[in-house]
Amino acid sequence: MRLADLIRFAGSRLVRLGLLLMAVSVFTFVLISLSPISPVNAYVGADIMQIGPEQRQLIAERWGLDQPMIVRFWQWLRQFVQGNWGTSLIFNQPVLSVIGQRFQASLQMLAIAWLLSGLLGLGLGIFAGAYEGSWLDRGIRLYAYVLASAPTFWVALLLLIVFAVSLRIAPICCAAPPGTLAANVTLGQRLHHLLLPAITLSIIGIASIALHTRQKLIEVLHSDYVLFAKAQGESLAGIIRHHGLRNILLPAITLQFASLSELFGGAVLVEQVYAYPGLGEATVQAALRSDVPLLVGIVFFSALFVYTGNTLADFAYQVIDPRIRIGGER
Amino acid sequence: MLSIRQLGVSFTQYDQGLNQRQLTVITDLDLEVQAGEVVAVVGASGSGKSLLAHAVLGILPDNAQVTGSLRFKGQPLTPARCAQLRGQDIALIPQSVGYLDPLMKVGPQVRRVAQLGGLSKAAAQTAVGRTFNRYDLLPSTQGRYPFQISGGMARRVLVATAVVSQADLVIADEPTPGLHPEIATETLTHLRELADEGRGVMVITHDIEAALQIADRVAVFYAGTTVEIAAAADFPERLRHPYTQALWRSLPQNDFIPVPGHQPSPDQLPTGCLFSDRCPWFTPDCAAERPALRSVRGGLVRCIHAD
Ligand code: SF4
Repeated sequence: MRLADLIRFAGSRLVRLGLLLMAVSVFTFVLISLSPISPVNAYVGADIMQIGPEQRQLIAERWGLDQPMIVRFWQWLRQFVQGNWGTSLIFNQPVLSVIGQRFQASLQMLAIAWLLSGLLGLGLGIFAGAYEGSWLDRGIRLYAYVLASAPTFWVALLLLIVFAVSLRIAPICCAAPPGTLAANVTLGQRLHHLLLPAITLSIIGIASIALHTRQKLIEVLHSDYVLFAKAQGESLAGIIRHHGLRNILLPAITLQFASLSELFGGAVLVEQVYAYPGLGEATVQAALRSDVPLLVGIVFFSALFVYTGNTLADFAYQVIDPRIRIGGER
Repeated sequence: MLSIRQLGVSFTQYDQGLNQRQLTVITDLDLEVQAGEVVAVVGASGSGKSLLAHAVLGILPDNAQVTGSLRFKGQPLTPARCAQLRGQDIALIPQSVGYLDPLMKVGPQVRRVAQLGGLSKAAAQTAVGRTFNRYDLLPSTQGRYPFQISGGMARRVLVATAVVSQADLVIADEPTPGLHPEIATETLTHLRELADEGRGVMVITHDIEAALQIADRVAVFYAGTTVEIAAAADFPERLRHPYTQALWRSLPQNDFIPVPGHQPSPDQLPTGCLFSDRCPWFTPDCAAERPALRSVRGGLVRCIHAD
């Protein structure tokens, strides 16, 4: 891709991102304004019983809650853009730092799950596609269909029961042994706690990647250029190595980046089941306990994250495919 | 070099439910290709020509059944021998650039063909360089993707694949469709050269004229069988089979009279002569059984009334 195209691509993506975030902010703001949670109650918390109606009135005026919605929106947006995302009520910390910590924990899990599901999904998909119609193919497809239709939390619970309760080789919850100070947690312990949630999450991603890879490989194997390769005396293994991988890798990479959003959604459930203190678990907490600033922050952050994943997918496609990179055509 | 006797190719198809259908695409096909000659296989589309190439290479789909005998250099072409020979002794020149991997550069693709033909990587690279040079392909062409090369270049690259494979028998499948006349002639010349260097060349085409430019012999294909095998010099006066004559007359520069009727569909072939429903010479004897290929005036013809 030429530099001018690159800039145009980046530019158009940024504009779209801006529009997306704008829409998300309006939507979130309106929803929350209309929600039955009174901001005063949420802020004051349990002490609400001790203040009278006059005091509530004062707080509301001080916050500008008596202003029309549009004015409040602009004020809120201005603060938001300046990086003042408010304070999380349940963690009693700035929202941005809560998201930062939680995201770090989630990111490790997501990264492992992402790599695992990508590699395993690709591998299984290649085997299934190469031996289309065989028992191996049927087995892999059955596995993928079952996983694709199994609810995430159910898979998570099942693995928890098998590995943590029955076999006792995985920890039952959390990101570190309970009662250990964060500073004393070893890398081994962290990995140990990370692994089961990560594997659960990857299992969900494997199914769709394997099925897509299989489909694409079958398409490739029925193509004219593979027929020609066969006529040249290329074996099945040679065909996959020289032509198959090259031609399925593009869609696989695109899918891999696009699957980030799916993984991100799955993480909410998985973290909940394993009580893993990541961003997903924080989302559920924030929602259940009416932590509006945190919830809004997370909504924004997720939109950004998912959008980045999808943009990377598009970008990878354009950079890798020579037909687009060089020719500007498909 | 290549000798085909009584070749039959059919497919088992399942349509709705478990209804099996037997599609016979090639029936009683006989053909001979010697070293140093160009044999053109000419027929309308849908006459099973490409499948003939695939049958010789052993790359028919799994649901195909092959009967009859295929021999290469005197030995029967078993599936195992096919697998060993293709790419080494028998090479295919495909129809279009669509048969090249769209995501692999041209040079490495041709080099891979040379390696599969039995050369080491270094020797293969040298062979590619030499062959590209022979066909006026700039060295920089090697670094291009198939979508970046022109139609004429693509034809030369495809011919180059057959050359670097060092095969003795080259099968060119529709080498000239939709090509600019100059490029078509150039491609045909290249094929003729391959034969003059001692290879056997089989050209599969629907274009009689193109075939006659280079072929020593022409096999005329109809509904999956060879109805006539004539020397190129037999065209047009000494043709034996009514279909060949009709085909010749149907050419735009001749009388341009289309052959009336249609080729029979592969799932309902007539019992007797395959051409019987369109033949001007038809007599009831023709419907009795499939005419055998017999020798008439130095050529072969599958018609009981030809003389
Ligand atoms: S055998 Fe009879 S029907 Fe067939 S081509 Fe000869 S004359 Fe025509």
